[in-house]
Amino acid sequence: MTEMTNTFTLDGKEIPFREGETIMAAATAAGVYIPHLCHRPGFKPHGSCKLCTVNIDGRPSAACTHLAAAGMRVESETEALNADRRALTQMLFVEGNHICPSCEKSGNCQLQAVAYHLGMSTPHFTHFYPARDVDASHPDVLLDRNRCILCELCVRASRDVDGKNVFGIGGRGIRSRLIVNAASGRLADTGLAVTDRAVAVCPTGALLRKRDGFSVPIGERRYDRHTISDVTTETEEERPRHD
Amino acid sequence: MTSARPKIATCSLAGCFGCHMSLLDIDEKLFELVERVEFDRSPLTDIKRCGPCDIGIVEGGVCNAENVHVLKEFRKNCRILVATGACAITGGIPSWRNNVDLWDCFQEVYHYGLGLEGGQIPNDPELPLPFDKVHPINEVVRVDYFLPGCPPPAEAIWKFLSDLIAGREPKLDQAMLRYD
Repeated sequence: MTEMTNTFTLDGKEIPFREGETIMAAATAAGVYIPHLCHRPGFKPHGSCKLCTVNIDGRPSAACTHLAAAGMRVESETEALNADRRALTQMLFVEGNHICPSCEKSGNCQLQAVAYHLGMSTPHFTHFYPARDVDASHPDVLLDRNRCILCELCVRASRDVDGKNVFGIGGRGIRSRLIVNAASGRLADTGLAVTDRAVAVCPTGALLRKRDGFSVPIGERRYDRHTISDVTTETEEERPRHD
Repeated sequence: MTSARPKIATCSLAGCFGCHMSLLDIDEKLFELVERVEFDRSPLTDIKRCGPCDIGIVEGGVCNAENVHVLKEFRKNCRILVATGACAITGGIPSWRNNVDLWDCFQEVYHYGLGLEGGQIPNDPELPLPFDKVHPINEVVRVDYFLPGCPPPAEAIWKFLSDLIAGREPKLDQAMLRYD
């Protein structure tokens, strides 16, 4: 273990880090929350949601991909950065069909929890109401693309952790969508198991375990009880309960 | 006009009246509310047209021509317009039909629904024309404030209203900010 003698400042607080560690990893280890959606400890950084954008010596960069360096001055909790984060979150909401009142994931959803954290009272922008497919073919897992934010966590988990490579992103730009690696394109025709990390890692309700919907009632769920900034990274995802 | 109490109007467009029920859930504070404000058009008063008001509470999204008329009447008459609840803010549950063809929707409901025989699609000229999509109200008129929730908790409605009545900028704690 390298001794941590190097530090940078995050909103004025000294944060120690190890050589090769990202700003996000060092901040998380120091108990400081930086809003994020496509990042998850243990996964290769993706840097796509841009929610974790911080100012590093005055220049914006993603905290999940930017390596910490000694003496850096990093700003995260500024009004301007949080306004940008709120706008990004609002865009994610209108780009999909995120109808919280009818979603099983409500209360355990990180998109929702980040929006609460940022004080989002409205998605503000004109809703797209895109036509997206639902894949209910798998006996134990539901794939609802209406709620997918293209974070690629399931893609990474299935490829790098489960070793199954079940998911991918197809299409370009606004037509990008989560695709399933089977000739039929159906989840039932893959080796996906309900216990796979790919299922648990989904930050929204795009991948759901079937028959689990309301086993914990609305109002008693993770982000009903704690704000996302208080939830430690170790408990960020739900573990499969029927393995 | 005999009093200087703020006037409030409320309506439910493409909603389920759940937000109005949540307003009634402020329970004994209703006594305080009726002393501090006067209600204009509202399902609670059964007044059918909205006059000049201080606060307009709109529940539900916009799903048909009548919704637009009511919403525009509210915007014209209310100094402050509050989009209340998930449907007014996002379209909510009714917006699930936005990706289903309207004709298919009608067929399913009136022709093929379980237990239906010889069903007819209602066609009375008095019925408002449905839109092919349901919209949040801020896509039709300017909205001053958004009070989310399905429904917004009674305490959130009370906090919001008391702030507005007192002339304060309404502010919800994170615990009162809910989308479900």
